[in-house]
Amino acid sequence: MICETGSEPRKAAYDRRGGPLRTTLWLLALTFAIVVPLVSAQADLRVDITRGQVEPMPVAISDLYGESDDAAKFGRRISEVVARNLERSGLFRPIDQRAFIQRPEAMLSGPRFADWRQINAQALVTGRVRIMAGDKLEVEFRLWDIFAEQHLVGLRLGSASSQWRRIAHKVTDAIYERLTGEVGYFDTRIVYIAETGPLDARIKRLAIMDQDGENLRFLSDGKQLVLTPRFSPTAQEITYLSYENGIPRVVLRRIDSGQQEVLGNFPGMTFAPRFSPDGNSVVLTYAADGNSDLFEMDLRSHKVRRLTDNGAIDTAPSYSPDGQQIVFESDRSGEQQIYVMDRQGSKARRITFGKGRYGTPVWSPRGDLIAFTKSYRGRFSIGVIKPEGTGERILSQDFLVEGPTWAPNGRVLMFFRQTERNPDSSELVTVDITGHHEMILFTTTAASDPAWSPLIP
Amino acid sequence: MWKRIFGAKRIVALAAVLLIVAACESTSDDSAATVGDGDATETSSAQTSDSSGGGGEVEVASVDPSAPIPGTQEDLVQNVGDRVFFNYDSAVLTPEGRRTLERQAEWLRLFPEHSIMIEGHADERGTREYNLALGERRATAARDYLIAFGMDSSRLNTTSYGKERPYALGHNEESWSLNRRSVTVVN
Repeated sequence: MICETGSEPRKAAYDRRGGPLRTTLWLLALTFAIVVPLVSAQADLRVDITRGQVEPMPVAISDLYGESDDAAKFGRRISEVVARNLERSGLFRPIDQRAFIQRPEAMLSGPRFADWRQINAQALVTGRVRIMAGDKLEVEFRLWDIFAEQHLVGLRLGSASSQWRRIAHKVTDAIYERLTGEVGYFDTRIVYIAETGPLDARIKRLAIMDQDGENLRFLSDGKQLVLTPRFSPTAQEITYLSYENGIPRVVLRRIDSGQQEVLGNFPGMTFAPRFSPDGNSVVLTYAADGNSDLFEMDLRSHKVRRLTDNGAIDTAPSYSPDGQQIVFESDRSGEQQIYVMDRQGSKARRITFGKGRYGTPVWSPRGDLIAFTKSYRGRFSIGVIKPEGTGERILSQDFLVEGPTWAPNGRVLMFFRQTERNPDSSELVTVDITGHHEMILFTTTAASDPAWSPLIP
Repeated sequence: MWKRIFGAKRIVALAAVLLIVAACESTSDDSAATVGDGDATETSSAQTSDSSGGGGEVEVASVDPSAPIPGTQEDLVQNVGDRVFFNYDSAVLTPEGRRTLERQAEWLRLFPEHSIMIEGHADERGTREYNLALGERRATAARDYLIAFGMDSSRLNTTSYGKERPYALGHNEESWSLNRRSVTVVN
């Protein structure tokens, strides 16, 4: 059956709850045009995410059963993470476990659907955890359609027990995918800049964490000013800007080993790096003599190719997902606007013509939209526009909102924000591409320049 | 389009040379520069005699202990002016900015061993990467003006901090106008 709740799109809600929810950070939600497949054999349990605001689907997430206390503990934790992930998406409403009638152990032989219908669950998640030799976990989960009394999907996952959060995220991805028809985005990470200290001597450190804010790790000590980290398509490397002897340079770094190199032998400052979709190149800006132009560097041969050549500021490049085009910003018209050109640097055409300045374009992994930062009359906004330059929509506005980054399924954006009330600090915010479910992602310090990883391989 | 031709150093240099005449005429009302030169000469002569060590009497001249040591960043800040300001989203030097740079060129001539870094900065009302580029443009504008005044380009380096290092911490035009700047830093 299809979960289809008629509803008017409500205004972009600022879901800025205080309290315990907020401290566990919050992600976004989505919406869009899916080609609803699988209307094949029978009616299918499905969240329609093509609408702006749907009533979240009530789901029951049972603790995964574990025979030993240890296994049961992992089962409980995994269920908690799955529930939080699903709730943050804005598409699901986990039902309070205190309402549950059937216990986890009783479900080893299958759910009693009547028990779950009684508490209005539309979908049910069950499973079990086993602790194997070598401190390994084996996790089995199943997703059920309560009304159709049908098994929808099941997976068995194994990993070191220390990786139990990743298991929970992969389970969430499977559930999300089965119920929305869209690829999930929960087994992902965020790299960002953690900010501390006074504004005129701000300490900025590279930080990386899971998509839900857990597993925070700092990758730099703050001695050097670092900005704008971005993931490679394998999520194993990042490229960012680091001040080396007072000059901004694009740096490439392996996340695990910490091994890093300054990219290219540019005599002056380089910034605004981004990986090509195949991971073999980095496009960046090189500035000298008052002029910023775009260059592409082949990471294997280290050959550098000039892409633009004019007296304007050309910067903030981002590849189309097929790698054939590059979107960037330029003030060649007299003010900051967004242009699309082919990868060789030719046929640049302007795509933004609205009132204000447009910058920081980022191409959606789906290819259908370009996210941007806009400033007009002293306010900033995050918006999306089609690559042809039509269909501009504003998703969020504030004193400063800047630097959108896409979830790998192209349905959710993250950006950073300084509010009117607290312009000295900045925070990470997510919003779905219809402008709904705007939520703060809790971080331990002020945070800026987020970049969302692809799904972790 | 100022922006467009800005990279063309020759035009900037030409413009700068044309301005020298006007600048020379205006030095008389430029008290800061005069004071700066005077201080620098005076104190440096005191230093030379100090370090002469050629035998005989040691001349002692009283030096205001609070006065900055000539040739230092403090000297530049107090007696010359280490920064010039720009209009919103502009890298065009203002008349006041040109006068400051002229004083800087004079001062730098006294300390030929110094190399300097010119930092470009922007206010917080732009995106991060655009501001880095804009800061670079501002630093270059200051550098080119110093070169037009005879500075050896090999002594001058530029960098940009974009909006990363505000001087004034308010979130209003008053602060922003102080943050749109280039700052000359003695290495």
